[in-house]
Amino acid sequence: MNLNTLWFILIGVLFIGFFILEGFDYGVGILMPFLGRDDHERRQLINTIGPFWDANEVWLITAGGAMFAAFPDWYATMFSGFYLALLLILICLIVRGVAFEFRSKETRPAWRRTWDWALFAGSALPAFLWGVAMGNLILGVPIDPDMNYVGGLGDLLRPYALAYGVTSFLGFMLTGAVFLSLKTTGVLAERAQETGERLWLPTVIVVYLVVGYGYFFTGMFQRFGVNPGIVPLTAGAALLAAGFLLKRRYNGWAFAMLLVGIAFTLLTLLIGLYPRVMVSSLNPAWSLTIYNAASGQYTLRVMTIVALIFLPFVLAYQAWSYWVFRRRVTPESHLEY
Amino acid sequence: MTEVLLARWQFTITSVYHFFFVPLTIGLAWLVAIMETAYVRTGNDLYLRMTRFWGKLFLINFAVGVVTGIVMEFQFGMNWSEYSRFVGDVFGAPLAIEALMAFFLESTFLGLWIFGWDRLSKGVHAATMWLVAFGSTISALWILIANSFMHQPVGYAIQDGRAVMVDFWALVSNPHIRVQFPHVIAGAVTTGAFFVLAISAYHLRRQTSDRALFRRSFILATIYGAIGIGLVGLVGHSQAQHMVRVQPMKMAAAEALWEGEDPASFSLLTIGNEAEQRDVFAIRVPGLLSLLAYNRLEGRVQGIKDLQIEFQHLYGPGNYVPPVAISYWAFRLMAGAGVLMGLLAFLALLAVLRERVDRSRRLQAALIPALLLPYLANSTGWIFTEIGRQPWIVYGLQLTADASSPTVTSGMLITSILTLTLLYTGLIAVDVYLLWRNSVGPHSPAAPAQAGSRGAS
Repeated sequence: MNLNTLWFILIGVLFIGFFILEGFDYGVGILMPFLGRDDHERRQLINTIGPFWDANEVWLITAGGAMFAAFPDWYATMFSGFYLALLLILICLIVRGVAFEFRSKETRPAWRRTWDWALFAGSALPAFLWGVAMGNLILGVPIDPDMNYVGGLGDLLRPYALAYGVTSFLGFMLTGAVFLSLKTTGVLAERAQETGERLWLPTVIVVYLVVGYGYFFTGMFQRFGVNPGIVPLTAGAALLAAGFLLKRRYNGWAFAMLLVGIAFTLLTLLIGLYPRVMVSSLNPAWSLTIYNAASGQYTLRVMTIVALIFLPFVLAYQAWSYWVFRRRVTPESHLEY
Repeated sequence: MTEVLLARWQFTITSVYHFFFVPLTIGLAWLVAIMETAYVRTGNDLYLRMTRFWGKLFLINFAVGVVTGIVMEFQFGMNWSEYSRFVGDVFGAPLAIEALMAFFLESTFLGLWIFGWDRLSKGVHAATMWLVAFGSTISALWILIANSFMHQPVGYAIQDGRAVMVDFWALVSNPHIRVQFPHVIAGAVTTGAFFVLAISAYHLRRQTSDRALFRRSFILATIYGAIGIGLVGLVGHSQAQHMVRVQPMKMAAAEALWEGEDPASFSLLTIGNEAEQRDVFAIRVPGLLSLLAYNRLEGRVQGIKDLQIEFQHLYGPGNYVPPVAISYWAFRLMAGAGVLMGLLAFLALLAVLRERVDRSRRLQAALIPALLLPYLANSTGWIFTEIGRQPWIVYGLQLTADASSPTVTSGMLITSILTLTLLYTGLIAVDVYLLWRNSVGPHSPAAPAQAGSRGAS
């Protein structure tokens, strides 16, 4: 395997890490104003992701940095091309980030309600927009021979890309509900359980429709042929299994299946994309690939060594923090956020 | 051309704003780690109260620093795509390493610190703050390695019209980073110290409830700040000497030195005519600039006009003179604020040594507004170093005018500048309100009912 492919995989891993981790904490942000009926309940919900959300978001920051380092043209084309969409995402991330910290530093109810809705909007919009972005990457966008995006914001908001947004939004919300059922107690856990059970079927239907449409009516999954192979089938099966496990209250397993489902869905998209990183809808020859958008071999080699040294540490201490905070948040817990 | 100017304005606004928060994060993280370690070692409850009090302010400040940092990382690609394509091979690596080595460390261990009071042993809990401090400092190191490349490109080759990395060690041991990193970190230490000094001075002056907390904080911050500002000065001096050799045009602009001189004079005050490149009014100290530049009373320092001719020779026709007035005044504001802080740190040190902390009322009064000094110095320092590099975005390799995104229109730029400026204005209002409320306002230990309260209510 060459270094270009390795970096495509590593950036894929970073995005998968981001989607499975930040996915459920976006979900918690979306559900929080509805599942939490009073301030104390909402605080418990927020505190379930309190120790984790920031490190989860760093997966995205690192993915962005890795794109810049390994495939500068991918980074340059995508970030300048998706300018206004990214601006919107940035605003959401800013508002969401400070909402965690600011919300409970003041006691007035109006203050807290405002930050609750900031947290909701800052979670809901990116949950939707990252899906739209993924959809556009795989569908292709107008890119000229100089690797510049020549479309507008409207080109990114076409119906089929929006359907990807709905998919990620539902998927994250479902994962968030199951996460909450595992991390809260009593009435909150019950409400989360109910919400999860209710969200499962619509999510499955939307995912199957979106993928099915892509398979039959667009060229994006051509390479999978008639027998799509193990990756997309695993994604589909994991999603189905999650529902049955959830009904039988094997919530830990249901949560694991949802993470597998998200990871394998993304993997399916990445396999469909490879070796391209951005597809030009104007001319296939103008697509950005892991070769024409890449840094030199020297840089890729340096980055590989650095990643191999530090990634294991990152995984170890992040896993440790999940272990430290493995217990459920109860009404009696000391709440920091 | 308008697009480039707008993109530059946005970068100025977002980076100066981001850097309101970063130095305090770094400076305060080490200080809070020291306080908590003192608590672990002595078991003295006073140090726990200090850790709680300053730790809470640290968190309020940290949050804004983090979220405005994401904008910085995205912005290279969004607004400066030609730059990103040109230097990505070199410049992207330190950014990615920063995220991998520093951001994960900071964010994970800060989560453990905030929520780990009941879950971790005292020693491990204190260790998490040391790791946060280490992470934020390492983060500064990598982003400054990237920034140093823009000032002094090393370890690269130009291939097919792009800068390509050929020597990673040259990049990370760039002579520029060796003076810039200590300067920034010492500045951060100073910022943390003056923040603690100002709030402590306020409480000591008002004689609010927990005097022991603020007296001990005052003493600790004085020592910390004296070390910080001392290092800033020392490193700043070698930095200026480095600049004379590597970026002579920046030094000439900082001194409004139109013609080269030997021995060169230092400007005390210059009112110049930038368009005609001449002084209108100037007071200069003969020989002092040579002394600063070379540690002796002679030695040629090149002037703006000589360098312009030399650069046209090297790089072809064009204007290679940075905005002189901005460079000149930003440099003076930075250095002036630094001198004032040095003076105040010295007086505070005297008060501590003579055990007159409680009685030095005028010093206490002076230290409260002095909170603005590190912010002034940090901002003007960055404005100076980045403006003084113009018209280059990467010194000698790429012009700022060639670096912006060709597909981003002025309409899009105006949208993003307005949105970000509005958002940032609101954010700083809320942030300052919360800092005020939790440091000297009704929620601080100053309010009797709240004394000794822990965490958020």
